[in-house]
Amino acid sequence: MTQIRLTTPLTDEMVEKLRIGQQVFLNGILYTGRDAAHKRLVDLIKQGKELPFDPKGQVIYYVGPSPAKPGKVIGSCGPTTSYRMDPYAPELYALGLKASIGKGKRSPEVIKALKQYKGVYFAAIGGAAALIARSIKTAKVIAYPDLGAEAIHELVVENFPVVVVNDTLGGDLYEEGIKIYSVK
Amino acid sequence: MDTRFSGSRDTCVYGEVTRSVSWYGSCFLYFGEQNSNHTAKGGTTIKTINTSVITEAVMKMCQEANFYLGNDVLEAFKKGYESEVSLTGKEILQILMKNAEIAREEQVPMCQDTGFAVVFVELGQDVRIEGGDFYEAINEGVRRGYTEGYLRKSIVSHPLERKNTGDNTPAVIHTKIVPGENLRIIVAPKGGGSENMSAIKMLKPADGVEGVKKFVIDTVKSAGPNPCPPIVVGVGIGGTYEKAALLSKEALLRELGEKSKYPDIAELEEFLMKEINKSGIGPQGLGGKTTALAVHVEIYGAHIASLPVAVNLNCHAARHKEVLL
Repeated sequence: MTQIRLTTPLTDEMVEKLRIGQQVFLNGILYTGRDAAHKRLVDLIKQGKELPFDPKGQVIYYVGPSPAKPGKVIGSCGPTTSYRMDPYAPELYALGLKASIGKGKRSPEVIKALKQYKGVYFAAIGGAAALIARSIKTAKVIAYPDLGAEAIHELVVENFPVVVVNDTLGGDLYEEGIKIYSVK
Repeated sequence: MDTRFSGSRDTCVYGEVTRSVSWYGSCFLYFGEQNSNHTAKGGTTIKTINTSVITEAVMKMCQEANFYLGNDVLEAFKKGYESEVSLTGKEILQILMKNAEIAREEQVPMCQDTGFAVVFVELGQDVRIEGGDFYEAINEGVRRGYTEGYLRKSIVSHPLERKNTGDNTPAVIHTKIVPGENLRIIVAPKGGGSENMSAIKMLKPADGVEGVKKFVIDTVKSAGPNPCPPIVVGVGIGGTYEKAALLSKEALLRELGEKSKYPDIAELEEFLMKEINKSGIGPQGLGGKTTALAVHVEIYGAHIASLPVAVNLNCHAARHKEVLL
């Protein structure tokens, strides 16, 4: 697997070079958000209001971390299933979001938005939450503290490991994997 | 511990108070100070268990289930690692083993989704619960376990209003009354991602075993990467609509790889396991042959008109702890 290091914010040029199956180590800021936060973000977009962070060039990590134990930056912190954010994702990519991180398949609408707005979808390893937490250096809630684990956190990460699942060309690693490894 | 009951409960004489803890895999026998056996008139032994003992046990199990992945799952990871043909798949299995090790060492949850607290209770008919509401005792254990253990609170009180209860209650509690004077409690925290990929279907009797095979395999294939493979597949066949669903969840409680006691069902499990692992989905859905760690099938009598089949998927964090009080 090719290994690539990227630091956020991401540019069109950076994501256009990415191809499915590549392993990427992310550095810099990631914003967390899952079901409830996405609903609020898209409601704000519909009302023409300002978002708690500018999605341009940013990466959203679909996660609801477990609470931090005393002395820890964050609790266990693995990806949640992404399809639940599919109804909201295209609008965020349209505003310049460059990548989302989760696990599991995306809808045709999201895959189309990735091509249209030059974005990618990364997978982190679902369930490797205790290990993933080690690459998170700082964490603070920047919006919706009332949502608890679902609040939007700003994470600063170092070498956060992800794999490119959907690229700007419409590739899909999940489909490729099945093509290669399925046995008739 | 054997204490004799004499006269009314108020004058109950307690014998020697013993406290012994012994481990049988993930099951421990625990006779707390607050449990006592009474022999009532006519010779029936009644064991009394205080709700505080139940709360304490549930609290511990919520945390232990989330921190310590069972040896059966770790063994299945190893086996998968050895036979996996995809390098990415191998790497993922290695990462999952490392993750389990970190969770155990640091006593942090292996997955941030610390689950819905699903609690299975087998209440011996010669047990008397004292000290309050039995279900509230379980919920209090969940509340304390999730709060004190820094586990994520993932439950909303109203499915449409969706406001978090803040303490991971209510638990889902399944109770069975069984002969004897023991109280068995199993805590099985269940993640939402894999639960969402589960399915149930009322097949026609004419669909037979082929219909069952197709439905199970289709469910796993359509779930693809979403339920965090490698998965454990619980299948319930028979009963009514809700019974099939419950059987499929009970199937997930079995030690991984333990076969059904019915030879034809054990054969079905083996067939499904092979077919699912031919799908190519692999670890995390990135391709490979380790899609399922185990397939467990439970059956029950069915109506002459029905063949219900339920498929309950579990991610690789196949968590459950058990106590016998």
